[in-house]
Amino acid sequence: MSAVAHEHDHHHEESFVTKYLFSLDHKMIAKQFLITGLIWAFFGGGLSILFRIQLGFPNADLSWLEPLLGNWIQEDGKMDPNFYLAAVTMHGTIMVFFVLTAGLSGTFSNLLIPLQIGARDMASGLMNMLSYWFFFASGVLMMISLFLETGPASGGWVAYPPLSALTDLGEAAPGQGAGMTLWLTAMALFIVSSLLGSVNYVATVINMRTKGLTFDRLPLTIWAFFVTAIIGLLSFPVLFAAALLLIFDRNFGTSFYLSDIYVNGEALSHVGGSPILYQHLFWFLGHPEVYIVLIPALGITSEIIATNSRKPIFGYKAMIASILGIAFLSFIVWGHHMFSSGMNPFLGSVFMFLTLIIAIPSAVKAFNYITTLWKGNIIFTPAMLFSIGLVSLFVSGGVTGIALGNSALDIQLHDTYFVVAHFHLVMGAASFFGMVAGIYHWFPKMFGRMMDDRLGYVHFWLTFIGVYMVFMPMHYIGIQGFPRRYYSYSAYDTWSDYVNPETFNISMFISIAAFITFSAQAIFVFNFIYSALKGKRATQNPWNSNTLEWTTPVEGIHGNWPGEIPEVHRWPYDYSKPGAKEDFIPQTVPFSETPESNLEGEA
Amino acid sequence: MATGAIENEKDIWKGGEGNLPMNASYGKLMMWFFLVSDAFTFSGFLIAYGYARFKHVASSYHGIEWPNPDDVFNAFPAMDVFHVDKAPLVFVGIMTFILILSSVTMVLAVEAGQRMDKAAVEKWMLWTILGGITFLGCQAWEWMHFIHGHGEGTWIGGELVKGANLVQNQYGPPLFGDYFFFITGFHGTHVLSGIIINIIIFYRVATGLYQRRGHYEMIEKVGLYWHFVDLVWVFVFTFFYLV
Repeated sequence: MSAVAHEHDHHHEESFVTKYLFSLDHKMIAKQFLITGLIWAFFGGGLSILFRIQLGFPNADLSWLEPLLGNWIQEDGKMDPNFYLAAVTMHGTIMVFFVLTAGLSGTFSNLLIPLQIGARDMASGLMNMLSYWFFFASGVLMMISLFLETGPASGGWVAYPPLSALTDLGEAAPGQGAGMTLWLTAMALFIVSSLLGSVNYVATVINMRTKGLTFDRLPLTIWAFFVTAIIGLLSFPVLFAAALLLIFDRNFGTSFYLSDIYVNGEALSHVGGSPILYQHLFWFLGHPEVYIVLIPALGITSEIIATNSRKPIFGYKAMIASILGIAFLSFIVWGHHMFSSGMNPFLGSVFMFLTLIIAIPSAVKAFNYITTLWKGNIIFTPAMLFSIGLVSLFVSGGVTGIALGNSALDIQLHDTYFVVAHFHLVMGAASFFGMVAGIYHWFPKMFGRMMDDRLGYVHFWLTFIGVYMVFMPMHYIGIQGFPRRYYSYSAYDTWSDYVNPETFNISMFISIAAFITFSAQAIFVFNFIYSALKGKRATQNPWNSNTLEWTTPVEGIHGNWPGEIPEVHRWPYDYSKPGAKEDFIPQTVPFSETPESNLEGEA
Repeated sequence: MATGAIENEKDIWKGGEGNLPMNASYGKLMMWFFLVSDAFTFSGFLIAYGYARFKHVASSYHGIEWPNPDDVFNAFPAMDVFHVDKAPLVFVGIMTFILILSSVTMVLAVEAGQRMDKAAVEKWMLWTILGGITFLGCQAWEWMHFIHGHGEGTWIGGELVKGANLVQNQYGPPLFGDYFFFITGFHGTHVLSGIIINIIIFYRVATGLYQRRGHYEMIEKVGLYWHFVDLVWVFVFTFFYLV
């Protein structure tokens, strides 16, 4: 058998195009997703810096940005309000979809599913490749929209009609013309990419597991990717429906979302539609989407925390149950985004009740992470620090979720910075931490080299403290009533005490913290590139981990294992098992070889 | 590479043993998951339609009620010959029957594939394709009738409207036409893609690809898609013609 595999390798002298561009190999596709996602993260983060400049320093002379932004800087040196709105919109879109959906789930599902379940590759390499290239095409369109003279879409990442449905420049913001059209087309392609990926992940996990790897022996990473893919399969098509109807309203004169719209005193011809319908369709995706973003990060964290605590994950089955519980609940809570849309208060109470139930599985997960750490032999690798950081952000962001989930409190807090602070902590920063943790942890698997630890520590502490400095103060101005997406606050008496541009104020503080946090990512970029080229060579199993990916050769060959696929004999969390010779027992070791540590019934 | 080597290669690429739930290959699983996902898209549209339908208040649109389908879809080709004024549900009933028949022929093709009877697979695939094309033709006729309108037209807001387009229609509120065009059009697109896939598969059957491969599983996969498209039509039919 191994001779055949060996011969097989030699038959694949690949050209540059088949190896690096149109690769069918899941490891290469994972790297493509990763690099593309990181490039998008740079753009998405950069946009947030631009609008933070405006928010922190509304009166500053920004003419020094002219070389970059051109006409978006007005003659008086101020930022064009339309550009501000476009920047906010694109920041949200890029971060949610391109970075934290494609960049996170796309990277790690592709890399880890075949490696951790003991498969040669994904079920369909072709679909996997297509998934990446649809994502790429979607990115190209989105990128083009950034360079339009009228600017990219600017109606918020949720693209609510009527604003998003009006195309003429006189009717809405300039970005709502060509920019919004490109946005919708890009999203349609993105959905196709996501579906191709998800179908593949689900089928691979179900059908391609190696011998002995039953569902109750799957690493929690795989459980997380599996459930994420299912959520994506069920929620993205509904966004597709919403987007298609919107396209028809914009370009073909239908009235699905429009009724009684007056522009400059004149009624438009659209009659009978409902903008609220869009909100329902959108949030039926939108809410599961936050779990599409978060659950992979939680899965990665489970794996890293167990490995680096040298302890079995606490409550393995409870972890699975809570992932499933969160996934199920995510589909029936979308109404909590719409409490202030005129919803019947009774229906609001139902959505509130369902929303608050999510606190239970979430708390189970948080406690399980903490109890896994409890009395462990903790090894503080950068990946471990970021995973612990995720748990911290997940808890502090989750607590405000309980406040926001109340339909009565939401009337005050809706669309304020309190919401911004909440979701940035619990799904934005937390998922980003999960992604970075995953990169530090599986870097040796992807590039055969180790990332530098010390740079990793500096990166972690700057990012961790920075994230809290950015988002903690937002809770206070949110309770004070600062609405999100406003171009400038100093013009309003209500808030001028808080953001008096003459003195040092809370908005400046947030902006400066954001600049520092963003700059700190340069350390990571340097570390990433330097280590990929010149880092310390990785050993086969650098973290003394149990899962199957660490039994593959360091250089990462086509087909993953040179000989036969290893068989699995135990669950992935046999760390520090009493009586065992070492503090870890890989999944491939049969019970017959470890009589000294077997528990009752394990033989 | 010799056949033996290919078989060996296939073995080591097959992955785990005994992980085929309900004996379904990953290809079939993928089709199932795609269909579940597509079902959610259609559900989104149909629920949106239901929402619009039951939200409509006549007073908000020139006092015009949501139309009764029997008054809208009641034409039949060459009705004058039979001296009939209205024939609600007749034409669409025939359309639906044709589509369902094409599902039956698809089942027969799958069954023939399991017997490895190439000629029978070809025959039944051809009937399926024919059924699909006929259905689409009927749909086109139905649309034509809908677009051209019938009778004198309707006075809406001081303007005589005849027929239908995406902006207004003679039958009732604009949303009625919008949803009819959109949902039946979206379904028609599915039928069209189904026909194209079926033609490709028919070609591959005819060239003997699946005979050489030793199984006709591909027919089962496209069959799943075809049945799904039929099933969706049953819902579309119910929502637009019966309710």
